Amino acid sequence: MANMAQNDNNDICIDLATLERRLRLFLPPHCLLLGEEDLRPYECDGLTAYRELPLAVCLPETEAQVIDILRTCHSLGVPVVARGAGTGLSGGAMPHAHGIVLSLARFNKILRVDRAARLAVVQPGVRNLAVSEAAAPFGLYYAPDPSSQIACTLGGNVAENSGGVHCLKYGLTVHNVLRIRVVSIEGEVFEIGSEAPDAAGYDLLALLIGSEGMLGVVTEVTVKLVPKPELAQVVMASFSDVAKAGDAVAAIIAAGIIPAGLEMMDKAATAAVEPFVKAGYDMNAEAILLCESDGTPEEVAEEIARVTEVLKAAGANDIRVSQSEGERLRFWAGRKAAFPAVGRITPDYYCMDGTIPRKRLAEMLSAIAAMETKYGLRCANVFHAGDGNLHPLIMYDASQPGNWERAEAFGAEILELSVALGGSITGEHGVGIEKINQMCVQYATPEIEAFHRVKAAFDETGLLNPGKAVPSLHRCAEYGRMHVHHGDVKFPELERF
Amino acid sequence: MLTAHSLDDIIAAVRNAHAGHATLRIRGAGSKDFYGGLLAGEVLDVSAHRGIVAYEPTELYITARCGTPLAEIEAALAEKGQMLAFEPPHFSGATVGGCVAAGLSGPRRQQAGAVRDFVLGVRLVDGTGQTLNFGGQVMKNVAGYDVSRVIAGSLGTLGVIAEVTLKVLPKPVAETTLVFDCDATEAIRRLNEWGGQPLPISASFWHDGQLWLRLSGARAAVEAATTKLRGNPTVNPEKHWNSIREQTHPAFAASLLWRLAVPSTTPCPEVDGLRAIEWGGALRWYAGEVDGDHEAVRAAATGLGGHAALYRAPESLRCREGAFAPLQPALLALHRRLKIAFDPQGILNPGRLYAEF
Repeated sequence: MANMAQNDNNDICIDLATLERRLRLFLPPHCLLLGEEDLRPYECDGLTAYRELPLAVCLPETEAQVIDILRTCHSLGVPVVARGAGTGLSGGAMPHAHGIVLSLARFNKILRVDRAARLAVVQPGVRNLAVSEAAAPFGLYYAPDPSSQIACTLGGNVAENSGGVHCLKYGLTVHNVLRIRVVSIEGEVFEIGSEAPDAAGYDLLALLIGSEGMLGVVTEVTVKLVPKPELAQVVMASFSDVAKAGDAVAAIIAAGIIPAGLEMMDKAATAAVEPFVKAGYDMNAEAILLCESDGTPEEVAEEIARVTEVLKAAGANDIRVSQSEGERLRFWAGRKAAFPAVGRITPDYYCMDGTIPRKRLAEMLSAIAAMETKYGLRCANVFHAGDGNLHPLIMYDASQPGNWERAEAFGAEILELSVALGGSITGEHGVGIEKINQMCVQYATPEIEAFHRVKAAFDETGLLNPGKAVPSLHRCAEYGRMHVHHGDVKFPELERF
Repeated sequence: MLTAHSLDDIIAAVRNAHAGHATLRIRGAGSKDFYGGLLAGEVLDVSAHRGIVAYEPTELYITARCGTPLAEIEAALAEKGQMLAFEPPHFSGATVGGCVAAGLSGPRRQQAGAVRDFVLGVRLVDGTGQTLNFGGQVMKNVAGYDVSRVIAGSLGTLGVIAEVTLKVLPKPVAETTLVFDCDATEAIRRLNEWGGQPLPISASFWHDGQLWLRLSGARAAVEAATTKLRGNPTVNPEKHWNSIREQTHPAFAASLLWRLAVPSTTPCPEVDGLRAIEWGGALRWYAGEVDGDHEAVRAAATGLGGHAALYRAPESLRCREGAFAPLQPALLALHRRLKIAFDPQGILNPGRLYAEF
């Protein structure tokens, strides 16, 4: 794993003294961290298995400082890794050994909440939930709600194109951001998107959202706010069979219903969660489905009735509808606490993020069951069932030699199966450093080359978050040598070594 | 004219053009020939590369080849009670490739989102004749840059769209249209006020003292909103909304038509010729004069935080003034670098988006 942390271009040599002197010209002392003790908290993000110490951490307070930092790094050839709250799960904010971390933590102001226009202008270090809290007095909220929303920042959400449990109905970050202000590695400021629809030219907003800090550094974000539904209710259904639960999800969609949330947990996840949160889940069920309806009271009643009918027809054993806001939150509490609950029953866990067509769910889950035997590790599954986004939680013990390597191989196999089933290696966590090898499975040489050309159009020197998100062709060739995919050798045109 | 019946034909045509430094003008049904800048180069007609490749109603996606008429796609979706929620215009036989390339959305955009919000994946033939597959058929996919959404509205300048996958949605159970009498200022005020409330408004259209409002969703939600808003329900509203989507409504009858996208709360700018307001106030249509003050219209839109496109105008005027709002120099330079990343020789639809590339 230490090797994974290495950048693809290792020949960088930075004179730290020069860098420090140049940064001190415009950064006050409290905005610059140096020395191992201060740098240690920044060595990883939410994916703690990958760590690296940066040369320095910059904590700018103004956009002018961001521009100066980027110009300085550009002129000295120093890699820059932008960072929000560091809650990311793919190592996207893992530092570069020869680079700096550019923390946007101090960009924490909500600049404007416009009730009439239903939008908020915020700095990138503002927490996701803080936006909804600021909009609440106006009956508005910001829709994307990643599980980490109490901590994760809007800048990080933009970098990862974050989703959440409500994105089936309300969309991802890319559907809810109107405009961003971005600084290039050369220190040039770009306004991308606008408060008016369909900004002129290429849709660069779509390109930058989810670009994992590879194309620019965001200094301001304008988000869309939507009216808070009058009511939300959730239906909880238990199934004796995972395939039946998967079919029930398809049946809900086929009935023309797009629920506000549609989540599934398997038996292992339920078993981990129930003692922890006491949500009242059926411990004997092979799968639990949570289906939320929101809207006017009339609308919710109508939809809940239809969902209940569909679930019955799909063979649900037990169907319960939340009768109060307290009960609704309790039904959700288990799902939302799934990660920490699993964390209680295992020393470490590794969260995967594959997306598959919903109809392949049963196939995927039985394959995961076989992998549990193969790798000798347990796995609990939580699933954004509505949009096919699976979060297997592989349980391991980092203190046991070889355990992490097995967990990593287990995860890689799940991701590669996701691609084989017609899905993607990442639904919402990003590629980062974690899934860099699996990019070679999802994409062939021409697309990866195109990604590198896109990167170069924004950052010719490759100094923004190097080694992340898009693998080098050499890495793919090496990975392809190890993993023959679908009986074909990937990248046959490349020399093997 | 070159005619492509298959992906291989498209690849061959682009490779030849690339080798011979010839420019290509990509064309589906030609229903949007009026839109954008210069029409230059030999026509590459891709309308024969057609057909639905995959449609999975419960997975909410459809994959089709570029030449597939929107009508064919929508007919297949209607059989399963689904739709293209961004309501793209068909004009005269529009194809799905042209729909994505132009990036034009219809009345439902204010509720459902734009073309780009529904693009899940594209198969693209770039300016060197190489086939590139971006995105896929699943709704959540953050592996690699989201190039497929960028293709929406790029007017064929980054590659020939050979195949596209779109997210589809169920048709609403109930729809009602209400009509209100009010002036433009009042319409903008009301639309923004309603926009901040949990009302199922799926389309809005103001023209000549009348505000039309479409409510879509669960029957109970539509009924409750109808009672709350107290407008006059109208009969046979489908014809009306179709005339807006297809721009056959008299409001769009002008030899020169400006399309102003502005923040929805923007008051009426000091520009004459307001013909219609859509999208909750964010889209304004103005009739202009061929020899009018085009700079003033552009400046008014920019001053309000929006942008103005010469939507329908004589080609010579669109080429001279630029069809779309000019880009800042640094942004224009970035556009050119991206263009080169996909079409290094600049052979695909040169000048269709901006004269500079």
